[in-house]
Amino acid sequence: MRIPCPFCGARDLSEFTYLGDADVVRPDPTAPEAEARFFEAVYLRDNPAGPHDELWYHASGCRSWLRVTRNTVTHEILGASLVRKT
Amino acid sequence: MRYSIFSLARHALGGHRDWEPAWRDVAPKPAYDVVIIGGGGHGLSTAHYLAKEHGITSVAVLEKGYIGSGNAGRNTTIIRSNYLLPGNNPFYEWSMKLWEGLEQDLNYNTMVSQRGVLNLFHSDGERDAAARRGNAMRMHGVDAELLDTEGVRRLVPILDFDAARFPVKGGLLQRRGGTARHDAVVWGYARAASGRGVDIVQNCEVTGLIREGGRVVGVETTRGTIRARKIGMAVAGNSSRVAAMAGLRLPIESHVLQAFVSEAIKPCIPNVITFGAGHFYISQSDKGGLVFGGDIDGYNSYAQRGNLPMVETVCEGGMALLPWIGRLRVLRSWGGIMDMTMDGSPIIDRTPIEGLYINAGWCYGGFKATPASGWCFAHLIARDEPFKVAAAYRLDRFAAGHLIDERGQGPQPNLH
Repeated sequence: MRIPCPFCGARDLSEFTYLGDADVVRPDPTAPEAEARFFEAVYLRDNPAGPHDELWYHASGCRSWLRVTRNTVTHEILGASLVRKT
Repeated sequence: MRYSIFSLARHALGGHRDWEPAWRDVAPKPAYDVVIIGGGGHGLSTAHYLAKEHGITSVAVLEKGYIGSGNAGRNTTIIRSNYLLPGNNPFYEWSMKLWEGLEQDLNYNTMVSQRGVLNLFHSDGERDAAARRGNAMRMHGVDAELLDTEGVRRLVPILDFDAARFPVKGGLLQRRGGTARHDAVVWGYARAASGRGVDIVQNCEVTGLIREGGRVVGVETTRGTIRARKIGMAVAGNSSRVAAMAGLRLPIESHVLQAFVSEAIKPCIPNVITFGAGHFYISQSDKGGLVFGGDIDGYNSYAQRGNLPMVETVCEGGMALLPWIGRLRVLRSWGGIMDMTMDGSPIIDRTPIEGLYINAGWCYGGFKATPASGWCFAHLIARDEPFKVAAAYRLDRFAAGHLIDERGQGPQPNLH
């Protein structure tokens, strides 16, 4: 598996570290349902078979966080972009 | 028909031409008392114990491929109960006790070999951790021995004891641990369950759950609609997908775990050995191949095959412990899909949906858990209450904060 880093180009999997689902967002801690929302954000995942948006860190390269769309059934990379908007 | 030395001799005289199939491969009936989704080790053992321990024989096991084609055929066949935490240890020890009597129970040779499981340590800190684990095991009535370097050397002289970076300082040995034959476990449970009237239905993929008035009453499959009073899912690797049919999200990510076997060589690894300074475990099959594995690849996957960086990492662990295995060729490698939970421990529980039961989240521990998983899941389905040793494996433990985190890693599934 090679990930097309927008900054470095296509690089081998061994240069990257995986975090997980990119759609997890930290809930508002002051909201009335904060406890339930935090439980969902920390523990529950869609875990789809197919396209999955996920966060990868290019540790042995440009050290950017990437948002990668990848098919979890075939390992095909469908796209990668920098998380930070500059 | 019961297998024995006499049945073997009788069939030998007949040239082995009239053996019956070990179990019945049948078409599904329209309705059952219990439907088990998943014809792997856990699903089939659940069916066996439902029939044997609870007298429930109107049971169908639905398998999307052929039985044992998932993780039951993709593991490294290790059995052990050397767990630290009180939520885990009694469960895996229950499993170990069932392994010890499995062949008599099933009347089938599952090749349970109690050759010992040896966890090596390489530093003072690791020795302390091993001693603590061993003490926890013995307090639960499980056998554990702390060996020093010479003790390990007497057992396995072939290790690289004086490696500069990770010298072998000793090991924690569970003599009752060992290996079993994975396919025979599947076939043995299938035969025993089928003999008590359980229907095993292959090439039957569940495509939807039928709900009436808030409870599940059946499943839609590629072989038609099957109704059931109770439905148990034992589909580890794909639990999130089946749960999604019921509108449930689980605290699980699916990850690929690779394993490897080398060409066959003469006997040299007498037991199961784990490397303490990396994640590497190895045993030798009866055919002579070295069976070994390591960590999951670390990213969500349903692909049943992994990537090269983890192959390299596993082989580096092997080279650090046993430099001579660099001379061997790897014969095969394969990948299985693990349900990695948020705390690294499994789930055997009811779901919020009446009539639907879940057996999931086996992480690295699925094969060794096969007998107890089926035992506890059958108890739960039959009586609607958890069996004592699985009482901690609740689905709501994540919300309640009662996590069973053996590695102390936190809610990051790819690190368990």
